Amino acid sequence: MNVGAVVTRIVKQFLRDKRSLALLVIAPILVLTLIWLVLDGNDYEPKIAVNNLPAPMEESLQAELEKDIVYMTEEEAVDAFQDGEIDAFISIADRKPNILLEGSDASVNGAVLQSVQTAFSSLYEDMSVQPTINYYYGSNDLNLFDQVGSVLIGFFVFFFVFIIGGISFLRERTQGTMEKLLSTPIKRWEVVTGYLLGFGLFTVIQSLLIVAYSVYVLDVWMVGDFWQLLVVTFLLAITALTLATLLSAFANNEFQIMQFIPLVIVPQVFFSGMFNLETLAVWLQVLSKFMPLTYGADAMQQIMIKGKDLWDIWPDLLIIIGFAVLFFVLNIVALKKHRKL
Amino acid sequence: MSTMVEMKAISHSFGKEKVLKDIQLSVNKGEIFGLLGPSGAGKTTLVKMIVGILESNQGEIFIDNERVPSLDLLKAIGYMAQSDALYHELSAKENLNFFATIYGLQKVERKKAIEKVLEIVDLTDHMNKVVRNFSGGMKRRLSLAASLMHHPKLLILDEPTVGIDPVLRQSIWDELKKLKNNGMTIIITTHVMDEAEKCDRLALLRDGNIIACDSPESLKEKQGVSTIEEAFLAFGGRKG
Repeated sequence: MNVGAVVTRIVKQFLRDKRSLALLVIAPILVLTLIWLVLDGNDYEPKIAVNNLPAPMEESLQAELEKDIVYMTEEEAVDAFQDGEIDAFISIADRKPNILLEGSDASVNGAVLQSVQTAFSSLYEDMSVQPTINYYYGSNDLNLFDQVGSVLIGFFVFFFVFIIGGISFLRERTQGTMEKLLSTPIKRWEVVTGYLLGFGLFTVIQSLLIVAYSVYVLDVWMVGDFWQLLVVTFLLAITALTLATLLSAFANNEFQIMQFIPLVIVPQVFFSGMFNLETLAVWLQVLSKFMPLTYGADAMQQIMIKGKDLWDIWPDLLIIIGFAVLFFVLNIVALKKHRKL
Repeated sequence: MSTMVEMKAISHSFGKEKVLKDIQLSVNKGEIFGLLGPSGAGKTTLVKMIVGILESNQGEIFIDNERVPSLDLLKAIGYMAQSDALYHELSAKENLNFFATIYGLQKVERKKAIEKVLEIVDLTDHMNKVVRNFSGGMKRRLSLAASLMHHPKLLILDEPTVGIDPVLRQSIWDELKKLKNNGMTIIITTHVMDEAEKCDRLALLRDGNIIACDSPESLKEKQGVSTIEEAFLAFGGRKG
């Protein structure tokens, strides 16, 4: 009953603080969109060279492109790649189109492939004739946003839940309501649980909106199950919430909550899989094992890019839940600072 | 007369600073007990200890023979802190409803209790207003209301009448007297001398020491002065 009262109160309070509510949902969506615009821009007009392409194929391709097709031999194309003059070279080998991508820029690769595929799909009724795709530099068929999108979703959910959860819990203390609350017969675990559930409701909505927006509007690479991705996002949000309320016990004002961002949040981004960790020093790799986002980002990547199920990634999930439980218990202990009982 | 609160050898320091020094006090059942002293004297620290949200370095406190802190005791204590502990996004009624629920009042009881305390503090007309739009005095009154709903046997008020106009202050005191006549024990801290006069008994607190404790009349009589203010100065002077 006490937990219920806390939950109801938090929900009412939060619904009246429209700006914080907006920050929780709109800010991550806005930032994700900005990054998507930067990394996933499809406006780039590729320059393509061809050799011995059948006339209908060439016409169809030209129709898709803004820039004129140039004619080169393979040797000339390689030189052109090295000089950075063209983005792709298309030739015919074994009666199949052979696409050689310059490959160094994921967004350019995407633009080339999109044009080529649109052009060729109108020519071949049956899709059995697939062009072979090779890369001159690198070899990657995901664009950059697809690669980091999963990590970014996890990160922004984590970040904004951390800020809002931390500050609300802190405000209980600075405005004296925590003291008042603890002068009532409420138990410490009831306060923490009430917070977790009350905010938990909003993080469910937040996770749902952000994941749906990323998958359906931004069209980030997603081969896994939507609802399973949502479960992971939500678990990560709960971990962020418990960590935030715990750390807010060690902050005296909002500014000090902000100081936790470079200390607690930023390192998690760098070491959570957005950048390849295998080349880093061992101690940094070990450090990343203590960061919840490492497991959250890994779990999300497994689902989104590799199409794994929750069952396949249970070690990640177990560790995330473990972090949340640990922070939850420490929270209850930290409240002892305000009332021993 | 039986004892409601018994403080035994309470000492406390924040870091190196000693804020309470060997406090011995007992508060009788059914009296209005005043803690008078300048700010920084240790009044708030002491009442927080009585409530049980702060534990003293040394000494013990008993309420009705039960040792503080205890969750059972918290049910029987009403505490109004110095800062207005209210949720600014919520309306007056929602604030009261929240605390009433935490105190374990059932729905019907809750409604009655809320109506009653709103009437006492004269906020019935504003009960659906969001607290953010309240004046300082209104917030003070609402805080008082929030500490009354569960009919505590011990009511602890930390500077309750700051920012409240004389008319309302009078009516709050009338109400406190009524609560007292119904058997409630009230501990009130203040630094306003004329308010101290209204208490049944008074402890004068300075620099963490109790410099005197008696009824206002006896305190004045002992020093042969006509006001509490003069008595306070006289007791303080003798000690210092």
